[in-house]
This record gives sequence, C-alpha cells and structure tokens, in this order.
Amino acid sequence: MKIENSITETFNNLIQKNEKALIGYVVGGYPTLELSMEIIEQLIHSGVDIIEIGVPFSDPMADGPIIQDAFLKTLNSGITPRDCLNLVKTIRERHKETPLLLMTYSNILYSNGLEKFLIQSKDCDIDGFIVPDLNFEEADDYLKITSKLGLATVFLTSPNTSTQRLRRISVLSTGFVYMVSVFGITGSRNKFEKYTFESISRSKAIVSSYRKHLAVGFGISTPKDGQRMIESGADGIIVGSSLINIIKKNENDKSKMMVELDIFVKDLKAICKGPN
Amino acid sequence: MKNNTDLGKFGTYGGRYVPETLIPALEDLDKWYQRLKVDKSFQHELRGLLLNFAGRSTPLYYANNLTKQLGGPRIYLKREDLLHSGAHKINNTLGQALIAKKMGKTRIIAETGAGQHGVATSIASAAFSLKSEIYMGAKDVERQQLNVFRMNLLNSKVHSVHSGSKTLKDAINEALRDWIANFQDTHYLIGSVMGPHPFPSMVRDFQSVIGTEIKEQMHKLTGKLPDAVIACVGGGSNAIGSFYPFVNEKKVKLIGVEAGGQGIRTGFHAATLSKGRMGIFHGMKSYFLQDENGQISEAHSISAGLDYPGIGPEHANLSDTDRATYPHITDKEAVRAFVQLSKLEGIIPALESAHAIAYIIKNAKNFKKDETVVVTVSGRGDKDLQIVREYLSETEEGIQKKRQTKGIGHT
Repeated sequence: MKIENSITETFNNLIQKNEKALIGYVVGGYPTLELSMEIIEQLIHSGVDIIEIGVPFSDPMADGPIIQDAFLKTLNSGITPRDCLNLVKTIRERHKETPLLLMTYSNILYSNGLEKFLIQSKDCDIDGFIVPDLNFEEADDYLKITSKLGLATVFLTSPNTSTQRLRRISVLSTGFVYMVSVFGITGSRNKFEKYTFESISRSKAIVSSYRKHLAVGFGISTPKDGQRMIESGADGIIVGSSLINIIKKNENDKSKMMVELDIFVKDLKAICKGPN
Repeated sequence: MKNNTDLGKFGTYGGRYVPETLIPALEDLDKWYQRLKVDKSFQHELRGLLLNFAGRSTPLYYANNLTKQLGGPRIYLKREDLLHSGAHKINNTLGQALIAKKMGKTRIIAETGAGQHGVATSIASAAFSLKSEIYMGAKDVERQQLNVFRMNLLNSKVHSVHSGSKTLKDAINEALRDWIANFQDTHYLIGSVMGPHPFPSMVRDFQSVIGTEIKEQMHKLTGKLPDAVIACVGGGSNAIGSFYPFVNEKKVKLIGVEAGGQGIRTGFHAATLSKGRMGIFHGMKSYFLQDENGQISEAHSISAGLDYPGIGPEHANLSDTDRATYPHITDKEAVRAFVQLSKLEGIIPALESAHAIAYIIKNAKNFKKDETVVVTVSGRGDKDLQIVREYLSETEEGIQKKRQTKGIGHT
C-alpha cells in the first residue's frame, strides 16, 4: 500500500526545483514550550523544509550528550509527550504545508498503548514517525496502525545495513529513509570517513529504486558536511545537535538565538539549493 | 507481509529493539553463538575453564541449622558464592569472553552496578588477554571505590558515567552507545539475561549450569527433584540459571525474589514485576518501572545487584504464564537474613542472595517438613560488609546490637 503524504509531496516539489530537503530536529519543549514553538517557526521561516520534533525520553540510547542534556532538562521542567503533541497541533494551525514528524523512542509509543498514542498523534495532525530503536522486525503492529491512520513511517538505515535489509526498509518507509551517517550516536563530528560517503551512494541507489528518498543525518555541523552528503547522493540532510547547540548557547538571549539559527539554516539551505 | 520473527521471543517479550547499526552486530553474534553452542571443542574449552579457573562445580549444601531453626522444609544452599570472583557472574563472562575471542574481537565493554559484573568481566578479559573497559554510574563509582580499584588492578579501564541518574541503567545506555560506535572490534559483554536477542538466551544458557548441577546434586542427595527453587532477581541471571532446567518439571515451584527496597508502596524499590508494566527499553520488550508517560524510573535497593528498573524478558513470560512467582523482600528483611545466615551457617551471603534467603525464612511455614527447597546463594557477602554495617548502625536493631556489644565488652 502506498501512502501519498505531505513528506513525499515536499520532496517532489523540491525535486522539481532541483533542490534537496533540509530537515531540522528540535527537542519538543526545549528550552521551554513557548520558546520551542518560536524556534520551530524561525526554522520554517529560515528555510527548513521538514521539522522533526524529538519527544524527550529518560534514556535516549541513540543520542549523544547534547540531546541527552536537552531531554533531561526538558523532563525536569515537566514536559510530557502530550505537550509535544499539543506543540505539533499549534504549529500545524499556522503552517499547513510543512511536514511535522515526531522522533520518539519505542517506550513512549508503547507504554500507554501503541494505538492510543498513534490516534492521539493523528488527531494533532502529525505526519509521521521516526523511531530510532524500532526495526521492521518488531514493527508489524506499528505498521498496521500507522498505515490505517495514514501516518508516515520513516525507518533508519546505517552504513552497515545489508542490501537485503535496506530493500525491506525502503519498502516499509513512507516519505523517506533516514540514513545514519556514521557508526555512532547523534552529535557533531570533526570529520567524516570515506565509508560514510560510499554508503550514501550505495544506499541512494537502492532506496531510489523503490522511488523513495534518502535523507542523511547524525553529525552534520557545517554546510561543507552537508554538501559532501548531497554530492554523494543524499536527497536531504538532517541537522539536530548543531541546532540544539545554538539554542543552548543562547538560552538567555532569544534574539541572538534566532539570528544565529537564521544564519545557520540559511547557509545549509543554500547548499541544498545547489550552485545556481 | 509479516516482518515479525519469533527470534528471541519469550511469549511476547524479548526481541530486538536497538538502533539499526546494532542489528548486523547482533545478527553476527547470534550466528556465532548458534554455531559455538553445538561446537564440541568450544564446549570442552568452556567446561575446562569453569572447572579449573572458576572452580565448578559448586556444592549443594544442606543447611541443617537454618532448617532446624525454621522448622519448615529441608533447605539446600547452592553455593555460587564459592566461585572465583565470589559470584555466579563468572559463568557468563567466561562464556561470552570465549565467544568474543573466537569472533576475533579485541576489546570487551561491560556495564556494572556495584562492580560485581565489572570484576567478573575484568577477570575473564584478563584471562583471555582482551582489552576491557567498564561503564559504571558516577554514583556507583563513588560508593564502590574498592571495586573500581579491583577492576583497575585486573587491567580494566573504568568509565564513570555522569549522564541521567548516574547508576546502572545509565551505565548500560553508555555501553550501548560505545558498542554502536565500536561494534567492529568490540564485544559488549552484557551481565544479565537482558538486552536485545541473543543476549537473554545466551546468558541464560551460560548460567543454566547452576540449575543443571542443582538437579544432579539433588538427585544424588535425595533421589528426587526439589519441591521449590528460590533465587533473587534483578535482571534475573542467577534465577533463570537456577530455574531453566526445571521449567518443564511442573511440580517444582520456581520463586524469583525481587527487591522490595523500603517497601513497594514507598516508590523506593526494584520490584519490577509487582509494580512495573510492559515497556521497551535496553533493547528488549519486558516489564519496567516507569512513570505514566513512559519515562524509565530509578530503582532502589540496598543491594546494588538488584537495583535495576527492568527484568529479563524470559522472567516476564514465566510470570505472565504463572510458571514462576515473583514475590518481594524489603531491605530490612534482606539485612536480617544476611545476619541470620551468617550466624547460623557460617555463610555470609551477598545482599542480593540474602533476599532469596529472607524469602524462605519468611515463608518456611508454608512448606511441609518433608519438602525440600533449594536457595541459590548467588554471591558472597564480603562486598556488602560496609553497607550492612552502616545500615545496622542506623537502624534500631543496630543500635540495640551496639548496646549489647558495649555491655559485653565492658563486663
């Protein structure tokens, strides 16, 4: 079954303009609910094509210290998954076009009943999910319910994922496939090794044969990083920890935070738009 | 199309919930394990190590004095405390280190709470000349300086983990993060029957030597099966090791004793099966202590080895299917049992194992006199002397005792 969703639409529109997608990750409710709303608006305004909202979890296995700290701080301030859903709802009212994805660990999805959480999410107009610790082998229920509700499912792939697995991942992903650039967790890297770029090229060939898009994330902190990902075949790039870093650094100076986010996003967006 | 597999499932529990990068690493490990499990030379090598290095088999000791005092069933103690390193953990670390060696890995990482699994991992790594790094919560590093020194002495590097609650669960998170980055040359030596498949089955198989010996020894001593097998449960490795060979012997009661901490109504406990609910964490589906939103809670127990907010998936299934029961024992009851076993039998049990002892002390009256129960003493109590000493000095019982000592000393 094929789900035509706003994510696919966004990618298709970008392709027509010969552009790549810029996907921005923020932590829902960080540093505060109000401010995270303004941050998301700023990101959209500055050129982010797809917003990924991280639901804070006590034990984020795939995340580095920057996101861990943001999660901890957010949880300590009392933010709940429900708050994140409401955040999506509010943004959706103002931005009909921008795809909004929730990135959440499995336990948040399952702990109060998978179907219940997915229905609540749908009611808040979420487009889909990225679940970093859910593999397709364990995802039958998740796939059944998301498909019924018309929610996109973005699965992750890694440089060491076999071709056979990547084929399944491509089939089961709606919107795009999220490629983890490195063997490691989220957070900026000083440099990427050759295997990252080779894997992007290899994965792109497989993913695109299923008419899906490949977005690459983990560790992208400069436009140059992004450019090399795109040159290797990525249809989109995902930035997270770098954004959180800017937010954290300027927690007490909102206008400076917004200016720096604007500059950073515009630089990356320029890379996504290509050399013309 | 159905994607789900039955791989590593215990009922609906278990499975593999990890970042994609670890899937090939787990598949590789599983492949190696399935092959070595039936490989005669591997089994021979492991048996030799258990015999000559770890000191197996361990005795099954009839606790005459305890039996007499309680006036209940005949109590037998499975003496895992007599193993090299002082606990059952080494059954597993030797097995996994041998697998890692065969796989060509050069580096071992492990998590540890109080340090027992860290020490057992360090011993196995040293024996196999593998580089070893241990993740330990910053709070535990603070509380267990001596074990940190012990691990260093055994050539391990200890990483103090400052994220999250700075305890065991965070040490596991950090070890998993390390493994994601370094799986190519590194084996993650998980210390209990938890984590993603194949760990719960593999660790169970290595620990099942406990139950297998119990069965043989009981047969020799009494000519029959025990009526009950009792063991403490944190992640649940000594318990599943004790239970597994009896799972199909439906007449044998299996009792896993969880840590009730300060009481399961206080919120300060580690009674996962009593107070937790189904969740997905540390790579597996099982029961976890968590809040109403699915955030993992901190566990509390006087015994660091039981201080974990989850439980192995096979136990979750044994509990759901009523094949085993999982009562809980408080800190106070465990400390009393610690003292009582020391006095009566000349055996100082680990605080973890003291929970299992406490259960039979509390429930001896529910058994008939001609019944036999086996209690697994998973480790020795030397590591807990300081904790028990402090605990006793802070409680009324302790104060009473102090007075007595003083009185005797001065007359």
